Amino acid sequence: MSITMQPADWLSLLVHFLQLSLLTVGGAITTAPDMHRFLVQEKGWLTDPQFSASIAIAQAAPGPNVLFTGLMGWNVGLNAGGLSTAFFGLLVCLGGIIVPSSVLAYATAQWSHRNRDVRAVRGFKQGMAPLVVALLVSTGLILATASGSGWEHWPAWAITAVAAILVWRTRIHLLWLLGAGAVIGALGYV
Amino acid sequence: MSATVTAVEDAAPPRPRPASLTDLFVSFTLLALQGFGGVLAVVQRELVEKKGWMTKEEFIEEWAVAQIMPGPNVVNLSITLGARYFGWRGAVVAVAGMLTCPLLVVLALALAYAHYADSPQVAGALRGMGAVAAGLIIATGLKLMPALKKNAMGLPLCIVLGLLTFVAIVVFRLPLLWVLGGLGGIGWAFAYRGLR
Repeated sequence: MSITMQPADWLSLLVHFLQLSLLTVGGAITTAPDMHRFLVQEKGWLTDPQFSASIAIAQAAPGPNVLFTGLMGWNVGLNAGGLSTAFFGLLVCLGGIIVPSSVLAYATAQWSHRNRDVRAVRGFKQGMAPLVVALLVSTGLILATASGSGWEHWPAWAITAVAAILVWRTRIHLLWLLGAGAVIGALGYV
Repeated sequence: MSATVTAVEDAAPPRPRPASLTDLFVSFTLLALQGFGGVLAVVQRELVEKKGWMTKEEFIEEWAVAQIMPGPNVVNLSITLGARYFGWRGAVVAVAGMLTCPLLVVLALALAYAHYADSPQVAGALRGMGAVAAGLIIATGLKLMPALKKNAMGLPLCIVLGLLTFVAIVVFRLPLLWVLGGLGGIGWAFAYRGLR
């Protein structure tokens, strides 16, 4: 696919991601539907397969999942030109999604550290604690059943359960477990 | 700003902390590169269990704030931690460490992807790693449970709120904002009372 990006287009791409940044409560992935609406349906800067691959690759790679936004910008740039345009697109999208929320997070972190002895601040952090623990377990379970909840997926669930118990109860290095998962999957058991 | 924060930290009993901005960058880079399918499990293991830069209780508290704020949670947590030790420079360095090298890996994968996208082995390996990654996140939650014993609202209430959260998210799939606003608000009120 080949598209033309004018400076005004880059600006509108940047502004869109700057806005989305402040809506990413619960992670950048929660704004993916809106990115799809904007990039694929409304502007036609990205194809459907490029959109899906951007998310899948970033999920499979190490690092924060937010990197998928960088890949989207990379692909928009590739569609509009060569590798240098792609790199520019990457900076526009990733920078756009990260900078506003990060400035806010920094201000909040400094404020809450200065006020860490205030009863309302301590109460907030302690009151949220059981939710945080439950959210972690919930996120893991939702990820484990993301590809389907039928009984034919039992090998994947067994891997999830074994990995959870080993990490919980032993000090085994996480990369061994990920490697084992990759091998079992590549052999076709999952 | 960073000078005052450092002074406060120095007044506390000595405890492990990053030696320099370089140490912070390298630590976060290594941590991020281990984080397939999510960095959180690795952050907990490296920063709490191995390096001791945060206690379990601190990790949960900072994670709560990182979760409430907009932005990628792990990036928010990096900012909080980096800022704690080195002010705004620490925040920038921690985020840079978290993103730079993984970004290069993602780009390499994107370039390679076109060649192997149809391979059933590659797809299977990704599924297998995804299943393990889900287990890592569950284990992180399990490992943090003992920290709730010291919670101001008391353990029984923590268990009830935790179970309600679990049901709301996993069974009813309610939006996170509702759950955090509703159950989180209740938790806030009880913890506030308990802290008297």
